[in-house]
Amino acid sequence: MSRISIDLRSDSEGETIDIARALGAVLVPGDVVALEGELGAGKTVFCKGVGESLGVSPERIVSPTFTIVTEHEGALPLYHVDLYRLSSEWEAACIGLEEILNGEGVCLVEWPEVIVSLLPKHCIKVRFLFLEPDGRSLNITAEDTPRMRGFLFRCKPYLPGG
Amino acid sequence: MRVLGIESSCDDTAAAVYDSAGGLLSNVVASQVAVHEAYGGVVPELASREHIRSIVPVVEQALARAKTDRDDVDGVAVTAGPGLIGSLLVGLCFAKSLAFARGRPIAGVDHLEAHLFAILLERCVEFPYVALLVSGGHTSLFRVEGFDAVRLLGGTRDDAAGEAFDKAAKRLGLGYPGGVAIDNLARQGDPSRFAFPRAWLSKDSPDFSFSGLKTSLRTFLSSAEGRAFRVEDVAASFQEAVVEVLVGKTLSAAAREGIPRIVLAGGVAANSRLRDRMEAEGSRAGVEVFLPSRALCTDNAAMVAFLGERRLSAGRSDGLDLNAYAASRFSR
Repeated sequence: MSRISIDLRSDSEGETIDIARALGAVLVPGDVVALEGELGAGKTVFCKGVGESLGVSPERIVSPTFTIVTEHEGALPLYHVDLYRLSSEWEAACIGLEEILNGEGVCLVEWPEVIVSLLPKHCIKVRFLFLEPDGRSLNITAEDTPRMRGFLFRCKPYLPGG
Repeated sequence: MRVLGIESSCDDTAAAVYDSAGGLLSNVVASQVAVHEAYGGVVPELASREHIRSIVPVVEQALARAKTDRDDVDGVAVTAGPGLIGSLLVGLCFAKSLAFARGRPIAGVDHLEAHLFAILLERCVEFPYVALLVSGGHTSLFRVEGFDAVRLLGGTRDDAAGEAFDKAAKRLGLGYPGGVAIDNLARQGDPSRFAFPRAWLSKDSPDFSFSGLKTSLRTFLSSAEGRAFRVEDVAASFQEAVVEVLVGKTLSAAAREGIPRIVLAGGVAANSRLRDRMEAEGSRAGVEVFLPSRALCTDNAAMVAFLGERRLSAGRSDGLDLNAYAASRFSR
C-alpha cells in the first residue's frame, strides 16, 4: 500500500497533545506508532494525548524509559514502549517485544531506531524536530487509508502556514 | 521465622535471607556476583533470560551466606510487581515452585512498598514518616503511617529523577548509567555556575516534572555559552536543579503533613549531594532525616525478605495463584 507523509507544526505542549488526540481517535487494534526524536522533543507528551483518546488518564502516562514497557488498560490495551536503554534487536526479542508489536493492542514505541526491522510495515511513524525558538515539527508517515486521511483532515490547523 | 526474599523486577537478580530474631542474614545481588563472568563477561542487563541464568546461583549464595539450608527456610517472599513482566515472572515462578515443593507459605511483595520500609532494616524510625522514593523509574512522595498504611502524596508527571540524570549523562557523553558519573563529576564543579530551571509546578504541589529540565540542557548545550562549558560545572548545576526540587518538595510535604521525619529510598537516594542537602536542610527545619546505606537504596532482596517476614509472621500469605503485575497500586 502506498504511504502518505505530512509535516505539522506544533507551538506548544497543548498543540502536540491535540495532534496526538486526533491520531489516538483513529487507531485500531494492532496499530504501532513509532516516535522518533531527540531527548525532550515531545514523545512522551504525544503519548499522553494518544492515551487520552483511548481512555487512559494522561497523568498515568509517564516516561517508561526505566521499565521499558508500560501497559495501560484503555478502550484498547495500550502498550507504551521505550527502547532508549536497549542496544540490540536481540535484547528487544528477549523481553518479548515482537509479541507486543504483533499483538492486539495499540503500541507506542519511543526510541524505535534500535528495532527498525522488527517494526511492522503498517507502522505509523512520527518524527519530531526542534524548531526555533520553542516549536516542534512533526513529520508523520503512514499507509494511505481513509482513517489516516481523516486524521490528517483533523490536523489541518497545524499545517505550516495553515 | 526465617524468610528467603527474591527480587527480579528489573535489571538485577537478588536474593536475601531475613530472620525474625537474627535480622538480615544475607543480601546478594547478581550484578555483584561472579555469575556474569561465568557466562562470558558482558551480559545484556535487561533480559529475563539473564534472570533465569542468575536466579539459582544467587539464591544458593544467599542461603550459603546465611548458613541456611533450604529446609530451614520457613517462608518465601518475592517481588510480584511492578516491573517488566518477563523479568518478574522468573523470580515469581522460582519462588512459587520452592514454596510449593517445600510446603512453605509465600508472600508477594510490591517493589515500591518494599523500598519504603528498607530503612527499618538499619534504623528505628517512628511512624508516621514522609518517604521520598527516587530512582530511575520513580519519583514519588508517600505518607507512611505503618506497615499497611501507605498513602501516595504525589509523583512525577513525566520523567523520574534518575532518568533525568541518566539522560543528561548520555547527552554529556558520560555513558550509561550516568547517575553515579554525574554525582562524581559534580564534586569538582560549581553548582551555581549555570541556572537550570527548577520545576516547582504550582505552589505546594507534591508532584514533580523533570522533562523541561532535560530540554533546557539540550538548549543550553547548543547555545554559545554551552559550547565552552566545563563539564564538571554543567554536571554540578544540573544535579543542583534536580536535588533542590527533591529536597524542597519533600520538606514542604513533611511540613504540610505535620511530620518531623523524612526517609529517603530508591537508587537516587545514594546520590551524595541529595543526601547532604536533605540532611542539612532537614536539620535546619527541625526534621529528622533517615538515609539508608547504599546497598539498601538500590534494588535488593533484603527489603523484600523483610516485608515478607512481617506479613508471613502475621499469618498473611498468598496463594500459589499469585501473579506478576506491571503497574503498582502505589503509583498512579
